[in-house]
Order: sequence, then structure tokens, then C-alpha cells
Amino acid sequence: MLPDSHAYRELGRLARNPREFFRSSKGSVELWVNLLVITWALAFMLWQGAGFAITVATIFAIWAILAVSLNLVVGFTGLLSVGHIGFFGIGAYATAILTSDPAYEQLRTEAIPTFGWPFFAALPISIVLAGLVALVVGVVFNRFRDDIFVLVSFGFAIIAFSVFLNWRGLTRGAFGIHEIGKPQLGGWVLDSETEFLALALFFLALAVLISWLIVSSSFGRVLTAIREDEKAIEVFGYRVVHYKLAVWVISAMMAGLAGGLFSSWTSFIDPNSFILLESILLISIVILGGLATIWGSLLGAMAFVLLEEGMRFLPFLPNEFIGQARQIVLGILLVLLMLFRPQGLVGRYKL
Amino acid sequence: MSDTHTESRTVFAIETREISKHFGAVKAVDRLTLSIPRDGMTSIVGPNGSGKSTLINLLSGTLPLDGGMVIIDDVGLKIVKAHETPAHGLTRTFQEVRLFDQISVWDNIMVVLTNRRLFPALVERVKPSYREKAKRILGDVGMWEKRDALAMNLSYGQRKLLEIGRAMALDVNTYLFDEPFAGLFPQMLEGVKGILKEMRDQGHTIIFVSHNMDIVRELSDRIFVLDSGTLLAAGEVEEVLSSAEVIEAYLGD
Repeated sequence: MLPDSHAYRELGRLARNPREFFRSSKGSVELWVNLLVITWALAFMLWQGAGFAITVATIFAIWAILAVSLNLVVGFTGLLSVGHIGFFGIGAYATAILTSDPAYEQLRTEAIPTFGWPFFAALPISIVLAGLVALVVGVVFNRFRDDIFVLVSFGFAIIAFSVFLNWRGLTRGAFGIHEIGKPQLGGWVLDSETEFLALALFFLALAVLISWLIVSSSFGRVLTAIREDEKAIEVFGYRVVHYKLAVWVISAMMAGLAGGLFSSWTSFIDPNSFILLESILLISIVILGGLATIWGSLLGAMAFVLLEEGMRFLPFLPNEFIGQARQIVLGILLVLLMLFRPQGLVGRYKL
Repeated sequence: MSDTHTESRTVFAIETREISKHFGAVKAVDRLTLSIPRDGMTSIVGPNGSGKSTLINLLSGTLPLDGGMVIIDDVGLKIVKAHETPAHGLTRTFQEVRLFDQISVWDNIMVVLTNRRLFPALVERVKPSYREKAKRILGDVGMWEKRDALAMNLSYGQRKLLEIGRAMALDVNTYLFDEPFAGLFPQMLEGVKGILKEMRDQGHTIIFVSHNMDIVRELSDRIFVLDSGTLLAAGEVEEVLSSAEVIEAYLGD
């Protein structure tokens, strides 16, 4: 069963009996939230035209893969990780370096290793690399719980950023990596925005499918039990550390995938994309959408991206203020959410 | 189970050899040696702070041993790992009722039934046999109507019942119940007594901690009295409860 099928069932019921809609929907915040965000997205698309909408949708897809993957760890297993952006960065840098163009790199004074691999060869390696790092980190992190886990995951984000910034022989530090390769299938280069969006949505669908298969399996049920009481579930014969490690690695691999897509899409990355703040924004998306609901993560990512990109067009905001303003708005939104709807937009669980 | 198979094993479900657990200067369990026979109902009693719950926590691996050895089903263990106890034929309930609060009653049972191996569990969906069993157990503890409720929304008595049901779902030889009767209304109390008797009649070893002497007298086949982390008395119920030492420990001097 889809863990968040509640809203769908309700929608289905209301569709069959429209008169009931106005009576019951008053109490159903979930339904209104769903309608609001989707209407907002459609309105945004009509307002800004398809070109910009495609860009926004690609940003959404990448954030959504990240949010869905982090929700496996935070929402379903109850490990509040604020270091997830580190795995995103590892995926992004791995793809960037593996696809780096030798012809271009020779022109740079500060050279990085060049491989010139095609994107679709680099992406799996990036995913595996993120997974391997997660495995090593996870073995250590498994010893910690609750508040201490938050702190050590925080430490991981800082270390990852520091490595991206300072391992200049590999990442060219603050100068970043340019001219990152576009995906190629045979002779077909996916260099248009639309093609890339299709690719990103394909991987988003894959991430959602894998997440759904995990959380609806016996394994997923054990994860929720670990979230609720990890001492109690051990008594029933489950090796909690293995389960936590497995979901941690799977989640990190998905984040690595998002990273690979991101670097190919922007074709330029520098360490600033992987700062701790991005990790905080990511966890905000997961909490905004709702813990332990895949649909909530999609909705949360959608709401966040619409908020972030939509604010560019507010007439009364000066341009240079927008970058800060979105953080302020998101911060206020998060406080309001915790005050009035701690379970998130469509969630039903609390941390 | 054939007779020869039964004879090849010792008569004890659980034995301890000088096990200890100290919390700072407090000796919660102190060089305790006891042997709990297989089959029937065994109660563990003692004043508050006598180490009953600590003993259960040590036997089930919820707390690590400071010293000594636990023998479960003829296997000697210096370190009891909680996740291995079901394989040794043991499970437990908790004094403070530890359910998986934010998941449904149904899933609280289901989580105990499924595959323990990680990769098979990743691809496993709910099997009809699991469904049958969960249905039967929820029926046995009278929680079938509540199957879709979140465990956190149950009453205290229902939570106790569900926790017992969750332990039952795991088919093992030996069950440790920590205060299964505490805080229950008479009607529910009868229900829990009935469930425990039923389990005993099916041949399980039931070990429970209780403060309620009437129930201890009624149910137990034998009794262990703890005081300050040591064994004060053990044996037949009437004999033990009428001994001068036990009366003194309970009533003071």
C-alpha cells in the first residue's frame, strides 16, 4: 500500500460525490494543500511560459530526488541527517571530473585529472562512489542516535564542503569545474532543456519507484519500527545497525544520482552549491512536505522551488535582495509550519 | 516434539551464573545465580528496586551484563545480544509498554512476522500466511477491530494487550513478561491471565514479573523472590510465600 495513499483515496471518494467536496474539504488541510500547490504550479507555468517552466521543473526534479532520498533516512528511519548535501556533492563532483573535457582542461592553468567519459558511464560510478562513502561514514555514524546523530551528520557536511574547496588538484577548489559534459545516448546529445527535463523526470520517477518499493516492503516496515523504538525492535530479532546502514547507503546513492544530474545540467559546479545551508534547505523541504510520505517530499520540493523561483517576479522586491529573501521566507514558513502543522503539508508523523 | 528430543535438552529454559549489573554504587543485580525450569509459569517477585526488571533486561540483552553468564536453551552467553535472543527461543515485553507508536496496530504485529534477512526483506511483500497469523493473533488479544488505529491512540490496557500479542506473534519457547498485569482493570486483567494460561497450556515457558500477590499465587507453578539484586528464595509458591525471610523482606521488620 502506498503509505500516503490517504489523500488519493479521499480525492477519489470526493470525485464520485462532488457535493461532499465542500463539506468534507473544510476539515481536510491535506486536500487543500495538494490542490493549492498543483494549481500554483500550473498558474506559474501559464504565467511565465514554457521555457522558464522547463527550467523550474528541472530544478524541481533534482530537489525532489534529493528530498525523496532524504525522507527515507529522516522520515522513515528517524535519523535526522543534515549532512545529505555531502553525498549530493560527491555525485556532482564525480560526474563533473569523470566527464571533464581534456581539450578544455588543457587550456586551464590549474589542471584537474581528465577522463572524458560519457555521462552515462560517469553517472553509475558517481552513484556507487556516493554509496561507498556512505558505507564508510555510516559504519561510524551507526554508533550515534538522536541529537548526537544530528551533530555528526553536520560534521560530515562540513568535511565534505572542505574537501570540495581544498582538494584543488581534483576539484580546482573555489574556481569550480566548467564545461561539464551533457548526457549522450549513442549519437544523440541531450543538450536541450526539454530533453534534459525528460531525463531528470525519468530519474525522479525511478527514485520514487525505488523508494516506494522499499517503504512498502517488509524492510520498510522494520525501518518505521526502528524510527519508533530501536531498542524494542531488536528484541524481535532484527539487527538494527544493518537496516540503518542499508537505508543510509541507498539514500546516499540516490543523492549521488541527483548530484550527477545537477552538475551535467548546470555544466558548472563550485563548492558553493554544497554548503551546509543547502542541506538545511533540503531538510526543510522534507519537513515541509511531511515526514515518511513520498508524495509529501514531491509536494514539498514543488512548493519550495515555486517559492524560490516565483519570488524573482515579485515587483516590489529589489533584485539583489531576492537571494536573501527566499531564505527569510522559507525560515518564516518553517517556523509557522512547526507552530501550526508540525506533521508537514501532507504528513501524519512527527519527529 | 518427540520425547527423545525433549530428553536431550536440560530441564531449564534459562539459567544464570553469577550475573551482575551495577549502576554506579547501586548493585541492581549482584552475582545472581538461578535456574528457571522449562514449561509452566514462573513468577519473579520482590520489593521495588530488588532488580526484577534489570534481570529481565539482562536476560533479553536489552542491558549488557557486567559479569557472569546467561544460559538460554543450553547455550551459554557471556554477551547477550538482543537481536539474537529470538534465535535462542526467547522474547519479552516491557514494563513501560514499548510499542511502535506511530504505526498501526496491524503493522505492529506484522513487523514481527516478516523475514529477518535484510535483502530478502527488501523485496518481500505481505504474504497471505503473515496476514492469517496477524489476524489470528489480533483476534486472540481482542484487538482485531482496532487494527487500523495507530498504536499511540490506544488505551493503556489495549497497549498492554497489543504488546503481549506482538510477543506472541514471535513463535518462541520462552516469554518474559515484565509486569503484564500492572494498571489493568479487572476485566482486562482476566483477559491477560487467560492469554498467559493459554500460552502455558500450549507448552510455552512463561516467566513474569508481578507485584500482585493474588495473581502470583493463582498462576505460578514456581516463584523466585529477589531482594537487593540477590535471590532470596525460590520454589513452590505457598512454601516460599509463607517463609519468614520473604515475609520480612516484604513487610520490613
